[in-house]
Amino acid sequence: MSLSPVEGVALAEIESGGDAGAEKGFVGRSPGQLAWARLRRDRTAVVSGAMLLFFVVVALAVPLIEMAYGIGPREQFQNRLDGFGMPLGYAGGVTGEHWFGLEPGLGRDIFIRMVHGLRTSLFIAFAAAVITAAIGIVLGTVAGYLGGWVDAVVNWVTDLTLAMPFLIIALALTPTLALRFYGQREAVPPAFQIGVLVAIFALFGWTSTARLVRGQVIALREREFVEAARAAGAGLGHMLFRQLLPNIWAPILVSFSLAVPAYITSEAALSFIGVGLTDETPSFGRMIYRSLDYLQTDPAYVFFPGVTIFALVFAFNLFGDALRDALDPKSSR
Amino acid sequence: MTETRADEPLLRVRGLAKHFPVRTGFRSRGLVRAVDGLDFDVRPGESLGLVGESGCGKTTTGRMLVRLLEPTAGTIEFAGRDITHAGRRALRPLRQDLQIIFQDPYASLNPRHTVGRIVAMPLQVNGIDPPGGVKQRVQELLELVGLNPEHYNRYPHEFSGGQRQRVGIARALALRPKLIVADEPVSALDVSIQAQVVNLLRDLQRDLGLAFVFIAHDLAVVRHFCHRVAVMYLGRIVELGDRADIYERPQHPYTRALLSAIPDVTTLGPGGRIRLTGDVPTPLDPPSGCRFRTRCWKARDVCATEEPALVPRDGGRQATACHFPESGPVTAPAPAQRAVAADGDETVDPAATAGPDAQEVAR
Repeated sequence: MSLSPVEGVALAEIESGGDAGAEKGFVGRSPGQLAWARLRRDRTAVVSGAMLLFFVVVALAVPLIEMAYGIGPREQFQNRLDGFGMPLGYAGGVTGEHWFGLEPGLGRDIFIRMVHGLRTSLFIAFAAAVITAAIGIVLGTVAGYLGGWVDAVVNWVTDLTLAMPFLIIALALTPTLALRFYGQREAVPPAFQIGVLVAIFALFGWTSTARLVRGQVIALREREFVEAARAAGAGLGHMLFRQLLPNIWAPILVSFSLAVPAYITSEAALSFIGVGLTDETPSFGRMIYRSLDYLQTDPAYVFFPGVTIFALVFAFNLFGDALRDALDPKSSR
Repeated sequence: MTETRADEPLLRVRGLAKHFPVRTGFRSRGLVRAVDGLDFDVRPGESLGLVGESGCGKTTTGRMLVRLLEPTAGTIEFAGRDITHAGRRALRPLRQDLQIIFQDPYASLNPRHTVGRIVAMPLQVNGIDPPGGVKQRVQELLELVGLNPEHYNRYPHEFSGGQRQRVGIARALALRPKLIVADEPVSALDVSIQAQVVNLLRDLQRDLGLAFVFIAHDLAVVRHFCHRVAVMYLGRIVELGDRADIYERPQHPYTRALLSAIPDVTTLGPGGRIRLTGDVPTPLDPPSGCRFRTRCWKARDVCATEEPALVPRDGGRQATACHFPESGPVTAPAPAQRAVAADGDETVDPAATAGPDAQEVAR
């Protein structure tokens, strides 16, 4: 499980050249507009982007889908299971009513649980990615621009964070926190579990963004346009947000788009080993974990969540790569 | 150098020095004396050329003048106020009078900002709202530097090197400065563009009454542009004087060597060029006494023990830091050369051997 999704990313170059050819006339096209034009010409980007859009729309429209589908995520259909708890019919009980079949044992509808699980996974991944990016950007720019002891302290904290064993702390922390706040008997609400997961990801995930941003800022800091702003008397805020940040959006965006799928798989993995979410909250990790018991008797159960999570992560990674190519046309493929 | 004129100098620099510590691990390996005690003045509307070969401290000096680098020692007075260690807030009113033009037009403009935003940046960060609005002022500036004001919304990557440098000049002019430090403003440009940009700067100087500190290694450009010239060697000024004096009656041996390295088909005969042997000594451990003595053909014992002061000769305004100054025009045959090494002697040629723009485009 990697929490450093951008470690292998070749850093996107700072400026994108004008190879796309500027239009005639007196309105210039910004580097961002040029990148957007390149992205739209890239077939991989369009296809994977459309897939992502589809997943996001599904996740956002969960209540509508549930209404139209007419089945809730916790409804059980025991009457459609045989005596061993196996769903009746073919392919895990796929029917016009239950599109992806039923869970063996409890008899819940797989389709609506997957739609809910998609929402949970995407929410956790996006929330974690946004928070880590924010922490990373702030610490990275400040450390890179100011240098000196600030840089040393931030670097030291980064190294410390990287040295902490993620899995062990996640394993130890999650039940302890639940116990501390809710005790032995009380049921832990899903929101709390999700919050703990996001917090753990945020705690461990910001280091790669911080390092990436710090490196970029250090490379930019000595550039003459930054010195020109300093010579004009610009303050720290102007330097960081007007001069530096617009030039490092490209690598930050790429790292963000590659961080989201990493968090999706991490969430699934944590739920799988029983640290993250409980069975009450639908999630990909829990579904796959449960489905392993039925791998031989009901292979359809593992098929649908498995394929969906694969498609989701694959689309994100493809899109992230396409985004990098669009933002940085000079990098070799 | 003592100031003889009645008018106050705009910029007065005394004993300016910048030392960079060199460390390997925890051990200090000493100091690089990049700039080691400069004295000079710049009067309003005057342009002072700073020339010398790479690594002699020209750029470091320019950056200290606009306070991008913190001086180690010495004082910088601008318009009668000591700005040597002034903070950002204290500098703010003076920033408007003191601007810089950079060498590399490809690095000096933010690629994510439109030209309009780049030129407006100094106005914006200083909270200035000119009459008629920022946009109108920016378009005036663009026109002033010979760009189409309609290019306001374009991005730097859509311009050529010369046009980008014009944008940089417009940005420096935005605050209506009194002094501009031009750090090799044309070195990165094509020869044909160099002339255009230098002429633009000269027109601006004449029309706006700007003072310039013009840093260059191209002696021909400096001769074209500057009223006075300071020749630097290894962090010190070795000779300072009016353009005509420096170019026609150089007194310091180093200046003579520099000038003799300008390729000139009309005067360069055999032996007309002074060839210096050896490399520039490291600024980590500069020679004692006169810094040029290790390569000087006139060096005597006194040069190693006593550092020559930058003093005017013959009551004139040309100051030379040399124990044995020369006299006469530079075109005379070179004096007895100290050594003509057989193994391909090094020549010192900040000026040009292969064209003025061919060398050290990168800093």
